[in-house]
Amino acid sequence: MSGPRVTVVLFPGSNCDEDALIAVRNTIGADARLVRHDERDLKNPDLVILPGGFSYGDYLRSGAMARFSPAMDSVADFAAKGGAVLGICNGFQILCEAGLLPGAMLRNAGLRFVCKDVFLRVETKRTPFTLVLDRGEVLRVPIAHGDGNWTADADTYAQMVAHDQVVFRYVTPKGERAAGANPNGSLEDVAGICNVAGNVVGLMPHPERCSEELLGNTDGAKVFKSFATALLAHRA
Amino acid sequence: MTILVRVFLKRGVLDPQGKAINEALHRLGHADVVDVRAGKIFRLEMEGADPAAALASARKLADQLLANPVIEDFEVELATAGAAR
Repeated sequence: MSGPRVTVVLFPGSNCDEDALIAVRNTIGADARLVRHDERDLKNPDLVILPGGFSYGDYLRSGAMARFSPAMDSVADFAAKGGAVLGICNGFQILCEAGLLPGAMLRNAGLRFVCKDVFLRVETKRTPFTLVLDRGEVLRVPIAHGDGNWTADADTYAQMVAHDQVVFRYVTPKGERAAGANPNGSLEDVAGICNVAGNVVGLMPHPERCSEELLGNTDGAKVFKSFATALLAHRA
Repeated sequence: MTILVRVFLKRGVLDPQGKAINEALHRLGHADVVDVRAGKIFRLEMEGADPAAALASARKLADQLLANPVIEDFEVELATAGAAR
């Protein structure tokens, strides 16, 4: 059987698009391509990735302008039909601005752009990207962002917990929540979330930057391999 | 006709930028400043002669794009002569 068909959407200012293509080709043998922000045809993907970067220069708010790209109309249709969508960093910001994921991003609490490895705890197995991971499993994944301070009002957050929508939290290397483990001040140490159906996932850390031995860390590959396994189960 | 749209983070939403400015003002000796909220202001030049229609239109576009209602509030105002440029 052929590998998963993956479309990476290229916005003006994206800068992790090639990394995402290489990661899915090398980790899961994906048939992967770029689709530009001004195209509507997503080329029949199994998975759409919204990559990291600074789409539209982060003008107004991170992700605010990208939401109005023609490609995003198609991404919203794809997601509504149950298609798998993964937003990484700026991609996560775009998904929040587009209303495909709840909440919004604030400037990092420390006001600094933070670029370092962090530790993530898997909070749910219900998404295609965490299906083969263990709940409580800890991944080491790099972050690089200035606006990653995810927040939501109390009612929204309570609904999300009730629907099991928190996918990753920032933790210590031992998997414990602690003040120093959260790099940006996000609500309840949230690092990644999903929609109610579980097919749309956004996270601030960059799994595509730690998916090969050459990069010294392969924890990120688990996210892509999980998707490949979920897809096979879905096709069977 | 000129419409001003002001956007601020909602009360209760942490404003790290405003907090940092507040601390800087205190370091400069301005102890009388209690709190600072940083926001954005947009100047819209709009067609038409009906202020009510222009304000309604500005409210709509502020809600759709200029502000993110999840974290921000906005107010719209008809600019008068001498208003902030």
